[in-house]
Amino acid sequence: MKTLVSCLLALTLALLALPAQAQGPLRIEITEGVIEPLPFAAPTFVAGSAETQAYAQEITQVVRSDLTGTGLFRQISQDAFISQITSFASPVQFADWRAINAQALITGEVSLDGSGRVIVKFRVYDVFAGTELGQGMQFVGTPDGLRRMGHKVADQVYSRITGEGGYFDSRVVFVSEQGPKDARQKRLAIMDYDGANLQYLTDSSSIVLAPRFSPSGDRVIYTSYATGEPRVHVLDVGSVQSRILPTQQGLMSFAPRFAPSGQSLLYSATTGSNTDIFAMEIATGQTRQLTSAPSIETAPSFSPDGSRIVFESDRSGSQQLYIMPASGGEATRISFGEGRYGTPVWSPRGDLIAFTKQNAGRFHIGVMRTDGSEERLLTASFLDESPTWAPNGRVIMFSRETQGATGASSLYSVDISGRNLKRVQTPAGGSDPSWGPLQ
Amino acid sequence: MGISSKAILIVAALALAGCQNPDRFGAGGDPGMGAGAGMGTGIVPGSANDPASPAYFSQTIGDRVLFAVDQSTLSPEAQVTLSGQAQWLMSNPTYMARIEGHADEQGTREYNLALGARRANSVMEYLVAQGVAQSRLTFVSYGKERPIEICSTEACYSQNRRAVTVVAAGGLG
Repeated sequence: MKTLVSCLLALTLALLALPAQAQGPLRIEITEGVIEPLPFAAPTFVAGSAETQAYAQEITQVVRSDLTGTGLFRQISQDAFISQITSFASPVQFADWRAINAQALITGEVSLDGSGRVIVKFRVYDVFAGTELGQGMQFVGTPDGLRRMGHKVADQVYSRITGEGGYFDSRVVFVSEQGPKDARQKRLAIMDYDGANLQYLTDSSSIVLAPRFSPSGDRVIYTSYATGEPRVHVLDVGSVQSRILPTQQGLMSFAPRFAPSGQSLLYSATTGSNTDIFAMEIATGQTRQLTSAPSIETAPSFSPDGSRIVFESDRSGSQQLYIMPASGGEATRISFGEGRYGTPVWSPRGDLIAFTKQNAGRFHIGVMRTDGSEERLLTASFLDESPTWAPNGRVIMFSRETQGATGASSLYSVDISGRNLKRVQTPAGGSDPSWGPLQ
Repeated sequence: MGISSKAILIVAALALAGCQNPDRFGAGGDPGMGAGAGMGTGIVPGSANDPASPAYFSQTIGDRVLFAVDQSTLSPEAQVTLSGQAQWLMSNPTYMARIEGHADEQGTREYNLALGARRANSVMEYLVAQGVAQSRLTFVSYGKERPIEICSTEACYSQNRRAVTVVAAGGLG
């Protein structure tokens, strides 16, 4: 179904033949952190016909929810509107939107084409400049892809105002958790980034851990105890078929992560008391050992250009972060603060490394530059771990386990300035998220 | 090996363990001696008072050893338990053992998997050094995935930082 939607979601640029505008003053700089969210108005998109009224409402709602969910935007209530948008083609009365302090205005129209496909058109306005921001666009999809169409509109709005890539039309694979700590059931699940359209990929008959999306989102690699010992498996998202990867039998293998090419992966394997990092070509099953210290080397993650690997090691006596060339070889320690550092993940932008830090009985999700400088802790709790990056490298999702006998694990997200910490809604508990690419 | 010689061997093994750990095998009803003396007189085969049973292994000898925070070294107490396990395994050669390493919840998932493996491996190496054939032993780590105690204090954590020896007849696949 997803594949069908993808095929039909054709993106048509500049269809509405409006003049391009230079970038106006409407702009959010994410890196500086936003104290006051930018007020926007998104009147319910105009329905081209009676049948598309519900569609228009759903798409508009997704756009509003995506934007306000970032913490960077604030929606102005429809009750405050002076103007109503009853026709997508009519000129905008900027004074009416200025009067209610809407800095951005998003208008749209939803209609059906001759073959029953849904067409959504939209425009973004810089109200105070009295100009359109970027050009009108349209997306075409099927009625079961309405939410995705809304996410695509919101990605465009976000991108035009922040200058950053979007992340709303993306999915997350994670471990769905149910039951008490001493009898917890774990299943792989996949969902939209906002928790919608959840689908289970495995049953709970075996422990599953730490799924990771392929760079294109077509496959997931994960650790499963299906054979009785932890082994790395690969699952095709479309067919939901999985197979074990030919890591050496009888050895534990875990902590897999794809290379940027999607053709190979890194993982850890344990021999005796020693855990090291290996690489495997997926097509041939050929493996190569990248570390050989007698200590624990695990949780490897490639730089986005594939040239380097960040990983954790306790070779110094405690868990710390190191970077080595993609082919292995000498590693450089980059974490030097107090406490222990684990689960490093390289940002898709290449500029930062997210990690889990354990210090003085608390856990933190943090980021540092790739040379270890400018360490910044974004969260603090009883147990935060397993960070994963949004496709634009501006938001991190992670798992948080609460304390005590009734403790449970949930997914949270936070932006890289440490703002907008919030829980991601899932039907059961969740852990080990992996954020996939923009679709 | 006949029943009587097997019983003698077990009694000898327990006597040895008893010397090392009077608390476990001394006062309060000596299960080893009781079982040896009672052979053929009311012992239910396979029950915890049958010295050749897995139940006896887990309950009387002790199937688990505990570890300090982030450590995989064996305490003197753990070594006593493992010596008992080794003797039992050598006396019951049809059994295979799988050693399961565990960690408490304080730690990241991947590291705890590796740490659990270190613990299980410590136990395996000790059993082999005591004379158990390596081919009868396998190990696996569950990291922090299978706690037995669920509170978030040291009282529970200390029970969760463990390696458990699970015995089964004829191999574990």
